[in-house]
Amino acid sequence: MARDAKKLKPVKEFKPLITKSDELPLDPERLRFMHETMLKARCLEERLIAMYKSGHGYFWIGGPGEEAFNVPLGMLIKKGQGPAFDFCHFHYRQSATLLAMGEQPLGAIRQMKNTATDPYSGGRNFAGHFSKKEWNIVPVTSPIEVQYSMVAGTALAQKRLGGDAISIVTGGDAGTAEGDFATCLVWTSRPGEELPVLIIVTNNTWGISTPYDQVQGVERISDRGVAFGMRTKTIDGNDPISAYLELKEAFEYVRTERKPYLVEARVSRLYGHSSASGANYNTVEADCITAFEERLDKHGVRSKEESKKLREKYTEEYAELARQAKEEPFPDGNTIWNHVFAGEPGKDPLAD
Amino acid sequence: MANMAQAIRMALHYAEENLGVTDIFGEDVGPPLGGVFTCTQGLKTAWNAPLDERGIIGTAMGLAMAGSRPVAEIQFCDYVYNTIDLLKLAGNTLWSSNGQWNLPMVVMTPVGSGIRGSIYHSHSFDATMTHIPGWKTVMPSTPLDAYGLLLSACKEQNPVMFLIPKALMRVRGEELIAGEPGDDKQLSKMIDAPLGDRSKWKPQWPELSDLAIPLGKAKTVREGSQLTVVSYGRTLPLAKKAADTLAGEGIDAEVIDLRTLWPYDWEAIVASVKKTGRVLFLNEDTEVTNFGEHLARRVTEKLFYHLMAPPKVLAGKFVPGIGLADTLEAASVPQQGDVEKAMRELATMQP
Repeated sequence: MARDAKKLKPVKEFKPLITKSDELPLDPERLRFMHETMLKARCLEERLIAMYKSGHGYFWIGGPGEEAFNVPLGMLIKKGQGPAFDFCHFHYRQSATLLAMGEQPLGAIRQMKNTATDPYSGGRNFAGHFSKKEWNIVPVTSPIEVQYSMVAGTALAQKRLGGDAISIVTGGDAGTAEGDFATCLVWTSRPGEELPVLIIVTNNTWGISTPYDQVQGVERISDRGVAFGMRTKTIDGNDPISAYLELKEAFEYVRTERKPYLVEARVSRLYGHSSASGANYNTVEADCITAFEERLDKHGVRSKEESKKLREKYTEEYAELARQAKEEPFPDGNTIWNHVFAGEPGKDPLAD
Repeated sequence: MANMAQAIRMALHYAEENLGVTDIFGEDVGPPLGGVFTCTQGLKTAWNAPLDERGIIGTAMGLAMAGSRPVAEIQFCDYVYNTIDLLKLAGNTLWSSNGQWNLPMVVMTPVGSGIRGSIYHSHSFDATMTHIPGWKTVMPSTPLDAYGLLLSACKEQNPVMFLIPKALMRVRGEELIAGEPGDDKQLSKMIDAPLGDRSKWKPQWPELSDLAIPLGKAKTVREGSQLTVVSYGRTLPLAKKAADTLAGEGIDAEVIDLRTLWPYDWEAIVASVKKTGRVLFLNEDTEVTNFGEHLARRVTEKLFYHLMAPPKVLAGKFVPGIGLADTLEAASVPQQGDVEKAMRELATMQP
């Protein structure tokens, strides 16, 4: 959907705790990793969109525009399997977070092509619907917000276990209208039974085509947590340094205090909601990568020329991965009976 | 002999002591009440959830994902309807992740009529639940079966919906659960919470033991040669009693308690229908797209040439609710007379 900035009522002003400054208060190595991962995520999503547009996938949805927030998020996650590690209840705009956690991009490309080799769903689910048990990434689902109803369960197991593992849930601003968001606020803040949950809302001010201001009366989504006595903040999700520092503070609080924290991050949506709205680049909204590249260049951390070369490198690499995935087989139709029940052979229960 | 509420309580006690059950939770499930039907009194892992069914099902899913073993209760199945998409999600999580995430969780909820519960305490849920793949669905009709089936549910690697016919919740069993005292009053004194202040009360649990009643196995509660009734839950004892009555008229009916609705014991149905050639599927959920209709369809397709009469479904009337007045409830769901009449008609129908 083309966005007309003049027609959109602007979202009210907000003040992040850490304001954007000209300084780069992180070490160069970390900044370079951050930037390169953001680029990888963008190139990956652009490849997925190209696959969709050339008939190598039925539907695209993802998170280009949110890299400045999603990469720092992935950098701070304690990955592993079981309640001693962080649990991730993500929505479908989180590829940059997975890449920051160390995931290889080929899986997302395979899922786009719905091949049997798709490591997340075996060709059963849409792009961006990750699932990785080794890292506690619970299956991403299309019904927005159901993850907010599940997160208390993993966090309860983590709180009982002790240690510092937490549960992280992400979703968009539009979905906070669902009752599951209220469920999350209630269940994570029961008096004396507070749960270690980092509750994240990425606010891109859109629900498909409906502007935030048209349907939500609350000025900041983070304010909804105030009524439940939880820590809250609204941050600039387009600045990776600010996002990293803000998230770090929130992670540390949840890890040590074992209580919830609601973070609202203001982000851009650079390719629309999904392929259903065209998936064309939006020239009006801020692009976190180009803005970050200006700063890195200015401070001598990475030149624009180097950034350009990196982008070309990953664009070509992922095109090659897509060519590879295109040669891989689709799942056999007979496999529909597999994994209906754990521990039982897959078969048609009515075939006899 | 224990009633079904006591049997469920003892099974949950056994399960939290021996089967790794970590959380028994739902609205009013923890102390002091221990459940509106007393099914969870005195259990060490029982706790009170917020009044939020979506939170209850979602939290059970999260607990199961993190290696815990929850038993969640929805106070009446009438209130499980706002969790349908979460039930669907719990049923497809293993499948959609191509085998990565199984959810060992049990949801139990009282179902059906029989307590004059009017529009929102009389619903059935079996027709809807059997439309949701990825779940096992169980419905006992005796305390002993409730005990054994609930233990099997708590050992499952997959989500199990445990439907409790509330009309049978206070009916005493005819079979002793191993370990329970034979004297009802003694059992009550041991495990029923006292009226009034219960803050210092602790149950004295009998020495219970494991009981394997596998999911997916029906039980023939009465053998017969001329007619088969396949039922479960509240209507099962109606069928049994009707069969005894009809025996006096020379009609010899076989009664099968399905016990597990999914996956169900097809072999037991086949063997019986091949023997009798006549079959009635009996339950009390609304009759349009009823689970009995599926069974009737399959029997018609697979056993057509063994049939002496069309398979019959007797179920609840397709009306929006069960009215409060006795006359309305009786007109809405199968009663003793309706069952006898249906069985008699089926037995005497001529090809």
